[in-house]
Amino acid sequence: MAVTGIILFGFVVGHMLGNLQIYLGQEQLDHYAELLQANKPFLWAFRSVLLFCVSVHIWAAVVIWLRNRSARPVKYKMFQPPGLDYAARTMVWSGPIVALFIVYHILDFTVGTANPDFIKGEVYHNVVASFSNPVIALVYMAACLLLAFHLYHGLWSLFQTFGWDHPRFGWIRRALAIFFSVLIGAGTISIPLAVLTGFVR
Amino acid sequence: MKLTLEVWRQKNGGDKGGFSTYELEDVDTHMSFLEMLDVLNQDLIVGGAEPIAFEHDCREGICGACGFVVNGVAHGHQKGSTICQLHMRHFSDGDKITIEPWRAKAFPIIKDLVVDRSSFDRILQAGGFVTIRTGSAPDANALPVATDTLEHAMDFAECIGCGACVASCPNGAAMLFVGAKISHLALLPQGMPEKAKRALKMVEAMESEAFGACTNYTSCEAVCPKEISISGIARMNKDFRRASVAGAEPAHGKKR
Repeated sequence: MAVTGIILFGFVVGHMLGNLQIYLGQEQLDHYAELLQANKPFLWAFRSVLLFCVSVHIWAAVVIWLRNRSARPVKYKMFQPPGLDYAARTMVWSGPIVALFIVYHILDFTVGTANPDFIKGEVYHNVVASFSNPVIALVYMAACLLLAFHLYHGLWSLFQTFGWDHPRFGWIRRALAIFFSVLIGAGTISIPLAVLTGFVR
Repeated sequence: MKLTLEVWRQKNGGDKGGFSTYELEDVDTHMSFLEMLDVLNQDLIVGGAEPIAFEHDCREGICGACGFVVNGVAHGHQKGSTICQLHMRHFSDGDKITIEPWRAKAFPIIKDLVVDRSSFDRILQAGGFVTIRTGSAPDANALPVATDTLEHAMDFAECIGCGACVASCPNGAAMLFVGAKISHLALLPQGMPEKAKRALKMVEAMESEAFGACTNYTSCEAVCPKEISISGIARMNKDFRRASVAGAEPAHGKKR
């Protein structure tokens, strides 16, 4: 879970940085997209790795979820365990929702069937076409916010899983998780917001 | 002080069980929670009813025998204390208090609020022995241990095995307990030789019991009466990972 999580986190950061080129104008973004598409075998190898990681990540989550469900067959009448934060409590929801969002996201910008006005290769145009619809833009912003929460819990959790902890430097784990989740949340949400407000058109 | 108690009653492991409600008048604020139950039980016995079964021993918060869930929180809402150390002055007149046993598949209910925690014992047994010299007491400074290290080890050794971590974990995971037990020995020179083997054996034993898996909710450390940190879980994971890769056998300098 943690190993695939790191790889997927790395992808999200790279993906976001690539997409932020939308602020450098149409030419830059379309050129970047062209560059990604240039080497087909590499592209598909990359996609396979991602698909593999997503599959293992989901498989691990389901295995843990089933095990944890069976660990308490009789539920408490009143259960208010302290210390739970919002991100931790919602992992079981943010995960599947983000997974569904990824499918929609691929249909929107890669396959194009969910895009209101899809033109192959014209990424900038497709993004603007999609996000000009307030409903789609809001769905994206909500999904990216959930992704940020999911990453916050996932990021600091992986330090626990790997046993990376230190009495003096332990606080860095939460700080890093906050830093990256805010960065990713802000970066990804900014794009639909920029289109919606007419900053990018 | 007048209280309404809603208590889980269950005759035995096979019984379905259910909540019974009791009204209690004149509860003294100086009573501990268990003393309040003693008073209720006295009333029940006098009235010819079966008293509520709950475990207790030292009533000083150091033995680990007592423990149940009060209003949704293991050992009650007072931080860093067992239920025997929670006093009735922390409740107000007219309060309704819900009392439930630890709920986990690995802790089957024996009766009322008493659960069978022998799954913890089996994990401890799997950890095996520590190679220390028995017999006469060793020289005081024969084995130097830095103060910081022994304090660190003691923080984990404080675990009384009450099971609140499992009870409070939404997943019913036992990792804080196992992490504490592994860490307290792994930090000291006495426990060092069997460090790898112990981590493997205890984690395996934990996995073979019906506990859940850790997803870092951290509610275990929030309810732990000894306030043991989840850094013990990180250490357990690290020791287990290293032992899994390098193996539990000690390294040797000759071809065998």
